[in-house]
Amino acid sequence: MINSVYINGLGAISPQETFSADSFLKNIIDYNQKYLEIIPPVYKEYIDPKALRRMSKIVRMGVASGFMALKQANIEIPDAINTGTGLGCQADTEKFLQTMIDNDETLLNPSSFIQSTHNTIGGQIALAIGCNNYNMAYVHRTFSFETALLDSMMMITEGTAKNVLVGGVDEITEESYYIRAKIGHLKNEAEQSSNILNSKTIGALCGEGAAFAVVSDSKTETSYCKIDGVSMFYKPVDTLEIAAKITSFLQEHNLTPQDIDFVISGFNGDIEYDGIYRMINEKIFEHSGLGMYKNLCGEYDTSSAFATWMAANILKFKEIPSEIIIKKPLNKVKRVLIYNQFHNVNHSIILMSEC
Amino acid sequence: MQRRVLITGLGTISSIGMNIEETLDSLLNKRSGIKKSKNLQSVHKDDFVFGEIPLTLSELKDMLNIPQHEAYSRTSLLAMLAAKEAVDNAGISDINKYRTGFLSASTVGGMDRSELYYSDFLTNDTQNKYIDSHHCGDHTEKVADLLGIKDFTSTISTACSSSINTIMFGARLIKLGILDRVIAGGVDSLSKFTLNGFNTLMILDREHCRPFDETRSGLNLGEGAGYVVLEADDIIEKEGKTAICELKGYANANDAFHQTASSPTGEGAFLAMTKALKLSGLNKDDISYINVHGTGTGNNDLSEGIAMKRVFGENIPPFSSTKGYTGHTLGAAGSIETIFGALAIKHNTIFPNLNFVNTIEEIGIRPETDIITNREIKNVLSNSFGFGGNNSTLIISKI
Repeated sequence: MINSVYINGLGAISPQETFSADSFLKNIIDYNQKYLEIIPPVYKEYIDPKALRRMSKIVRMGVASGFMALKQANIEIPDAINTGTGLGCQADTEKFLQTMIDNDETLLNPSSFIQSTHNTIGGQIALAIGCNNYNMAYVHRTFSFETALLDSMMMITEGTAKNVLVGGVDEITEESYYIRAKIGHLKNEAEQSSNILNSKTIGALCGEGAAFAVVSDSKTETSYCKIDGVSMFYKPVDTLEIAAKITSFLQEHNLTPQDIDFVISGFNGDIEYDGIYRMINEKIFEHSGLGMYKNLCGEYDTSSAFATWMAANILKFKEIPSEIIIKKPLNKVKRVLIYNQFHNVNHSIILMSEC
Repeated sequence: MQRRVLITGLGTISSIGMNIEETLDSLLNKRSGIKKSKNLQSVHKDDFVFGEIPLTLSELKDMLNIPQHEAYSRTSLLAMLAAKEAVDNAGISDINKYRTGFLSASTVGGMDRSELYYSDFLTNDTQNKYIDSHHCGDHTEKVADLLGIKDFTSTISTACSSSINTIMFGARLIKLGILDRVIAGGVDSLSKFTLNGFNTLMILDREHCRPFDETRSGLNLGEGAGYVVLEADDIIEKEGKTAICELKGYANANDAFHQTASSPTGEGAFLAMTKALKLSGLNKDDISYINVHGTGTGNNDLSEGIAMKRVFGENIPPFSSTKGYTGHTLGAAGSIETIFGALAIKHNTIFPNLNFVNTIEEIGIRPETDIITNREIKNVLSNSFGFGGNNSTLIISKI
């Protein structure tokens, strides 16, 4: 069994205004776009301008949100840095690939190749703060952030770490959006982000973002909440199996579905797959409130990191923005379950509670 | 009492062999797999030598009975062949009898197809079926489906240290009781993306690489896959199986010096080796053999050598880089070399560092250049380092 951990610091950069620690989603922006892009903070407040010039968007938002989380938690050097990213440094990968094709493999600049590796974000954070500790990058679709989180919780359980910086980050580029939209993974047309539940088309409303947390073995003045568990399951045969997996996960934590006050689900506007969330809700969570989060940040492989940021704030501020509520919780929200899946292949759940 | 983690199966494919048997034969006969490329579609194809597997995509599909029209990257096919061998080698027939996970690693995933079809992706619909195979996790799922694994799958990408980290993570999942068995390792196929990347960094040797040699001038790129089966001691006992060796130590540290270069003090490598030794409970004198990262670049070998001297003092155990055999297989290197370490233990043999002649003056250390068969190999330490400052070390031991 894995121990619970405390979230003692958070940093998020997303299509919403998420980088202030004092307020929580006060002015939610309703977009009508093909994909949602992040609102950048003033990066030079977080990152050395010399280093900043060389960084692509994903590295900037990853490093800056990592620093925000460390600062909030008052941690200078974490015992580990675990990063999840589904598609990694897409802009640099595309840049190197396109130049290679255009120039017939000549006159290439190494910098975009150097920054194209999936561990660039974690490596750049380590480099900037001089952190020689454990450093890992998980890159498995919508399991990327979840595996990074599991690893972090394992380290705290093993006693090999007290404070771990863990996060998820993905970027969208015009090219990668186009390519993934044409195979039906993403929406081809602009969609009102507030209206994704009523979407009539296939494909997800696409987004991007970075969210990091400092998870720790003990509670401090800056603690938001606890993370009690994370679990992933691959290619369940039907919704019965999904329900069984969720129920047995809760059982391992001595809980039943009725103990969950609020379920945050990964509705992304894809008419083919959003029904799964409704079915699971009807099957086992009829007494729980139901919410969504991708109307704020869009779909991307590590969007559950944003959901974790959101759930932590709900548990801290004891308020739920009306824009994310599908079904109001009956009780005060003390326990939240995040449930996300993509194309009914990679399913994941994260259990969080107040502290 | 804490669970022990043992290695019960090995599977690999690289330029020196399609399986464990062929690989061992090449290792024992000093047969390098590095030569001119047959399959790579690159303008630099004839400028360099590669550790290439001499099979086309279509031949690999045939070996796995996959219909030619189905979309599989070369990366996926190599991973499937090696992972299947590992599971068979471990004598596992019912994969879901115990909680089993599959962990893989890759630096560029399905790039071998994406780089050929990227213009098509942007301008027409002829190659759409390869779009999703670009994802690093795609090959992992192809293997999980082949093996019937459902309990746990994930993918790591920490540049050239990637696959050693999957073995480490797998061992921890078993020790904590989350899983009972893990198939762990990594894969990368040759691609012009990495070829051009390393070429612009000017760290490719046009001739056979010479790890730890004063005249070394870069690495040779290779391709391959390597997987080990990790099992908990209680499961092995229950099944009445014998293991090949035990995974005793592991550590991951970060050099935090430069995005691509290693530090002059070898700090990350020093920390990884020191921490792995500590976890294993072994003394530095207990190490019988070190399979070094030893890429053959000026920077890596010097930095790694300095780190080894810091850890072991003047009595550095016998060591060799096996990259003169396989080339640098990037995301597969750590697990392929862990397999070489397991073979060293099993056959009481040290495999030589090919192409070495001149000692690096600055550090004055010499790798083994001949096959050594007359001594017991009890504990093997294996290093794997990568861009982003990622440094990892594993220690495996005779049971």
